Amino acid sequence: MTTARYRRRQMRNGIFLGLSVAATAFGLGWLALILGALMYQGFSGIDFAIFTESTPPPGSMGGLLNAIFGSIVMSIFAVAIGTPVGILAGTYLAEYGRNTRFATIIRFVNDILLSAPSIVLGLFIYDAMVLTMGHFSAWAGGVALATIVVPVVVRTTENMLLLIPNTLREAAAALGAPRSHIVRQVTWRAARAGIITGALLAVARISGETAPLLFTALNNQFWSTNPNAPMASLPVAIFQMAMSPYADWHRLAWSGALLITMTVLILSIVARVLEAQTDRR
Amino acid sequence: MVDLALSQDISIASSSTRLRRFHATDRTFRRVTLACALLVLAMFAGIFGALISGAWPALKAFGISFLWTETWNPVTEKFGALAPVYGTLVTSFIAMLIAVPVGIGIAIFLTELCPRSLRRPIGIAIELLAGIPSIIYGIWGLFVLAPVLQQDVMPGLIATFANVPVLSTLFAGPPFGIGILTAGLILGIMTLPFITAISRDVFETVPPVLKEAAYGLGATTWEVLWNVVLPFARAGVVGGIMLALGRALGETMAVTFVIGNAHRISASLLAPGTTISAAIANEFTEAIGALYAPALIELGLILFLVTAAVLAAAQYMLYQLERRAGGRS
Repeated sequence: MTTARYRRRQMRNGIFLGLSVAATAFGLGWLALILGALMYQGFSGIDFAIFTESTPPPGSMGGLLNAIFGSIVMSIFAVAIGTPVGILAGTYLAEYGRNTRFATIIRFVNDILLSAPSIVLGLFIYDAMVLTMGHFSAWAGGVALATIVVPVVVRTTENMLLLIPNTLREAAAALGAPRSHIVRQVTWRAARAGIITGALLAVARISGETAPLLFTALNNQFWSTNPNAPMASLPVAIFQMAMSPYADWHRLAWSGALLITMTVLILSIVARVLEAQTDRR
Repeated sequence: MVDLALSQDISIASSSTRLRRFHATDRTFRRVTLACALLVLAMFAGIFGALISGAWPALKAFGISFLWTETWNPVTEKFGALAPVYGTLVTSFIAMLIAVPVGIGIAIFLTELCPRSLRRPIGIAIELLAGIPSIIYGIWGLFVLAPVLQQDVMPGLIATFANVPVLSTLFAGPPFGIGILTAGLILGIMTLPFITAISRDVFETVPPVLKEAAYGLGATTWEVLWNVVLPFARAGVVGGIMLALGRALGETMAVTFVIGNAHRISASLLAPGTTISAAIANEFTEAIGALYAPALIELGLILFLVTAAVLAAAQYMLYQLERRAGGRS
C-alpha cells in the first residue's frame, strides 16, 4: 500500500518535471526554427545591391537603401526626442518624487504605456501630427517612435538611479552641493552605463516597430531625405514586399528581416554587456 | 566626484549671489524634470483624447450597438466591431492556452531543474523570443509556418476530429494555413517569454526555508512546486499572465500577416478572421469616406481601453507583490 502510493508520487513527479523539460524544448525549438529560417532565407538574398540601390518596382532587382536610411533617420529622431524626456522624467521619479502619490501615478501610467499596443500610438500621432500638418512625414514617424522610447527610458533610468546608494548623495550634500548638482554630477555619472543601456534597449525596441509607422511616415518607393515628406523604413518596406505576390520582393523582404534581427541582437548584446558592467560595480 | 572648484566656492560661500544662483538652477532643474514626468501623463491623456475625437463621427453614428454588430461594409458605410473584437479575444485566448503552461513550465525548469551553468544561456535564449521584432514573426508565419500547417497539420486535425461533436466544428473547412489558429499559435510563442520572466523572478523570491521544510517532510520536487512554490508565487504569476495577455491583445504585425483579414465570425478555428489591430493596420490608409476611418479609430479606442484595463490589473498585482517583498526584507 505505502509502496504503491510512493511509486505513484514518484511517477507523478517524473511526469510533471518531464513536462517542464518538454516546455523548455518547445520554446527553444521555435527560436531555432525562426532564426534558422531567417538565416537561410535572409543570407541567400543579401548582396551588395541591397546597400546601394533603392526599393525596386515589381519584377526588377533593387535594394533597400532608402528603407535602411529612413529607419536610421527616424530612429535618430525618436532617440533625440525620447531619451532626454525619458531620462528627466525617470530622474524626477527616482530623485524627487520617490514615494509620493504623484510619482506612483506616473509610474503606473508609464508602465501601462510600456506595453500599450503600438498601433494605437500610431493612431494617436496620426491624429496629432499628420492631420494637423496635412501630410504624412518622417517627423511624424520619428515622434510616433519616440512615444515608444519614452516609457522604456523612464523605466530603466528610474531603476538605475534607485540602485545608486544614498550614501553617495549624502556625501555630496554634506559637502554643500546643491540638489541639482548632486543629481547631475553624482548620481547621473554613477548610473551612466545603466542609462545608456536603457537608451540602447529602446533603440532595439523601435528598430523593428512597424505598426506606428504605417500611417505616420507611410512609405516611399524612392530615395528621399526630406523629413517633411513620407519616408520609407525597413519594417514597412518588409511588410509591403512580403504581402506582394512577387518572388523577388519576397527575397528582399527576407534580407530586410535578417538585417533588422541582426541589429536587434547586436544592440541587446551590447546592452547586456554594459548592464553586467554596472552590476559588477 | 563633485568638482573641486565647486567645494572651494562653497567654502567662501559668503558670496550670496552664487548661492542664489544655485537655488535658481535647483528650482529650474526640478521643474524641468517635473515637466517631463507630467509629459508621460499628458501622453496617456493625449492618446485617449485623440482616439475619442477621431472616433467621434462613428461613436455618434453607431452608438453602443457598434459593439455587437457584425457587418463591416465600407460601401454602404455600415460598420460593427463584433468580428474584430471576437478575433482579438479568440486569438488571445488560444495564445494564453499555449503560453501559460509553457511559460510556467520553462520557469520551473530554469529555477528547479536546470544545471546552474545552463541557466543563463537558456534564460537569455527565451528572452530572445520576446526580443525578436513582431514583423519577423509575421513574415516567418506567412512563408514558413502557414504552408506547413496547411499541408501537414490542418488536414490531420480535420480528419482526426471529423466525428467528435464539438471539435468537428472547431476544426472544419478547407485548410488555408492562415487563420485564427495560426495567429493564436504565433501569439502564444511571442508572449510566453513574459510569463517565464516574471514567474522566474517570483519563484526565486520563495524563501528556501519553506522549500527545505517541505523537502524535509519527504515531499517530491513536484509536490514542493505545487504546494509551496506556486501558492507563494501565485500573485506574481497571475500578474505575468495578465501582462502577456495585454501584449497578445494589442499585437499587430505578426497577426496581420497570418490572420487572413476577413470580417466575419466563423465557428471554425481554421478559417480566416481579423483582429482589431490587424483591421486597423490593413485598412486605415485606404479608408475613405466619412465613417470608415472613424470606425477604425473607434476600434483602436476599444483596444486601448481593454489593454489599459488588463495592464492596469497586471501592474496592480505586481506592485502589491513588490510591496510585500519590500516589507519583508
